[in-house]
Amino acid sequence: MNAPSPSPEPPNVASSQERDWNAFATPGVEGRLHMDLAVEGITCAACMSTIERGLKGLDGVAAARVNLTTRRLAVDWSPDAVDAGEIVRRLERLGYRAHPFDPGRMTAEEEAESKELLRCMGAAGFGAMNIMLLSVSVWAGNATDIDAPTRDLFHWISALIAIPVVAYSGRPFFRSAARALAAFRTNMDVPISIGVVLTLGLSIFETMRSSREAFFDSVVMLLFFLLVGRFLDQNMRRRTRSVAENIAALRVESAALIQPDGAIRDVPLSKVDPGALVLVRPGERVSVDGVVEEGTSDIDQSLITGETDLVAVGPGDRVWAGTLDVGGLLKVRVTAAAAGTLLDEVNRLLEAAAQAKSKYMRLADRAARLYAPVVHTAALTTFLGWWLLGGKAFADAGIVAVSVLIITCPCALALAIPAVQVVASGILFRAGVLIHSGDAIERLASVDTIVFDKTGTLTLPEARLLNAEEFTVERLMAAGRLARASRHPLGVALAEATRAVAPPAEVREVAGHGIETVGDGPSERLGAPEFCGLDPERVEALHARFPGASLVAHRDASGDVVVCALRQGLREDAAKLIADLAASGYAVEILSGDREAAVAAVAAEIGVTRWRAGLKPADKIARIEALKAEGRRVLMVGDGLNDAPALAAATVSLSPVTGVHLSQAAADAVFLGDRLAPVVAALRVSRRAKTAMVQNLGLSVVYNFVAVPIAVVGLVTPLIAALAMSGSSILVTLNALRLRLGETR
Amino acid sequence: MAVLIFLIPIAIGLGLAGLFAFMWTLKSGQYDDLEGAKWRILADDDLPAGKSPCDGAKDAAAPAKDA
Repeated sequence: MNAPSPSPEPPNVASSQERDWNAFATPGVEGRLHMDLAVEGITCAACMSTIERGLKGLDGVAAARVNLTTRRLAVDWSPDAVDAGEIVRRLERLGYRAHPFDPGRMTAEEEAESKELLRCMGAAGFGAMNIMLLSVSVWAGNATDIDAPTRDLFHWISALIAIPVVAYSGRPFFRSAARALAAFRTNMDVPISIGVVLTLGLSIFETMRSSREAFFDSVVMLLFFLLVGRFLDQNMRRRTRSVAENIAALRVESAALIQPDGAIRDVPLSKVDPGALVLVRPGERVSVDGVVEEGTSDIDQSLITGETDLVAVGPGDRVWAGTLDVGGLLKVRVTAAAAGTLLDEVNRLLEAAAQAKSKYMRLADRAARLYAPVVHTAALTTFLGWWLLGGKAFADAGIVAVSVLIITCPCALALAIPAVQVVASGILFRAGVLIHSGDAIERLASVDTIVFDKTGTLTLPEARLLNAEEFTVERLMAAGRLARASRHPLGVALAEATRAVAPPAEVREVAGHGIETVGDGPSERLGAPEFCGLDPERVEALHARFPGASLVAHRDASGDVVVCALRQGLREDAAKLIADLAASGYAVEILSGDREAAVAAVAAEIGVTRWRAGLKPADKIARIEALKAEGRRVLMVGDGLNDAPALAAATVSLSPVTGVHLSQAAADAVFLGDRLAPVVAALRVSRRAKTAMVQNLGLSVVYNFVAVPIAVVGLVTPLIAALAMSGSSILVTLNALRLRLGETR
Repeated sequence: MAVLIFLIPIAIGLGLAGLFAFMWTLKSGQYDDLEGAKWRILADDDLPAGKSPCDGAKDAAAPAKDA
């Protein structure tokens, strides 16, 4: 609450401003407040009870419930007895860090969709079972001695169940089909809907003329199976999405609001009103639309305009949400109600991830699009042929036509790729890899060259300060304060090591060199030793003293230069990873912006022979383009701001969860944890997944080639057609599930 | 076959009961956390407040002694 000493809690020193927890709460029942939190560190059931007991021990907490599936916590409390901040501090004492969700962002849409699918599935299941009960009796009776009135009664009861069930459970398909038709397109739901409605109508007609067969059972069974498939698919996407949302909460889609008294607090975007003043740090995305009040910087607008040149901004210039601040600190006056802007961008990215369909997927879709008219024409021709030329009765010709429609329902074809993607992304999810884009799996499968960044990727992101005892505390803090304004991993590490807070008012990031203060008098600089004017001999001497360490120099206003030596530990399985990759025939290369000696030391330690050091972001792109020009498919693994363009340029890219926002947005997948094992898992699983996709496409094409002629000739009743269709879908799904064999741990 | 007049409504009624039970479980959020539910049955949250699960194991051996 008081501005001058912004860090009352030692564990929170990492964030130089306090978060306004109450701003994340929403009103609940009986005057209580409610908050949803993504909790870091929930690993098992014991955590669940520790948290729930711990929080319920607080006075005023009415309910605390951990969801172990989504790793989220829901708390309800009375605001007069306890404060939101107190709840979070209690969690921290229990050993868990909480990250709030923006209440304006919590959308229940997916949840509602999933529940609707489950409800439809329940109804269809009920209908299928009860109608089957009656149908089996009729089939048995038809073979023995059922009398016509009893059979009609059974058929009518079946109709009474089937009509409401189809009307209720068919809605997801009817809606989607109607939407597609309204846009003059067809999708796989169109033939499904037509088939279902036609079969139902035909069955009622057959019942009215008291015939021996009706097909209520086929219709409802078909719906039931389709709904099961659709629910499984949706469930997987929802799970990946909930993790993505947890990460988003961890990366905080909030704005650093500068309050009238000067205190800076992180608040959710929905609580930022036009006219408010917001702090934007280098390396962060601008979270609001606004006008720069103070500070100068370079802005990367590529995500908004597609323009890759940086735009320099100063006081009075406009900035937009979603653009990236790559230069200095900015204070931005909010002009638009910002709740929507970044939100939209993030949602767009998420949507793009959910919607991005792979090359094969698009092929399957295109096939389905060609396919639907062919199927409908075939069904109509079959009907007319049998009715007019074949001498069948109107209704019998109809039954044959319906069989054609059902048996050719492109379910298998449409399931071929998504089923594999769902299974593969589920396996990858368990291995700690979150896929952003649907076709990443296929692109991963084609990779033959892997390019690693060193800092933060092969090494752990946190570096340690090796020579802290050499400096006075004041000097260290001065360097730390400047480092606090930097987003470079080394700057962050230095800031963490010194625990410094309160960065200088105005700094400017000189890409690839370091940062310097901007203002009256001589500037302070932090960055590469050369950038701070250190003579090469001293640099050499320091390198000899701290082999493999990175040097960060600080030049204070008087021109005095000190050098901090920071060294990062390798990720523990880095050497094994490189050996595994080499054994599997991948070419491995390191592209680093770091010094030659440091890169050479790491490369030697893990056994990589091809490496390049001292690269600027543009050099990394150039190298990747060169590799691609040689016909290689490049996987880029990197985490830093300087890797982001390279990540986007590579065939496919991975970023560790510790990477900066932009890298993760540019990468095709994010991997979790301190180990590199997920990279190998991603490559192995995607190779197997691609094989399964090709097999599935083959299976469904062969199936349709065989099944259609049989149906046209009229040898298949709708029931057999429904069973055969389900059978082909199940075959394709089982083939996808086969991926899981051998992936169990 | 007059018995059908009872049997069919009973069968459908049972099915409907199952359907409504399913709808109720869905509505009351019982599928929201399948992962947690399987562990919650093991949690001793019906013990008197203030006892950790570890004390619980000790107490369970001699339940009736302390009043």
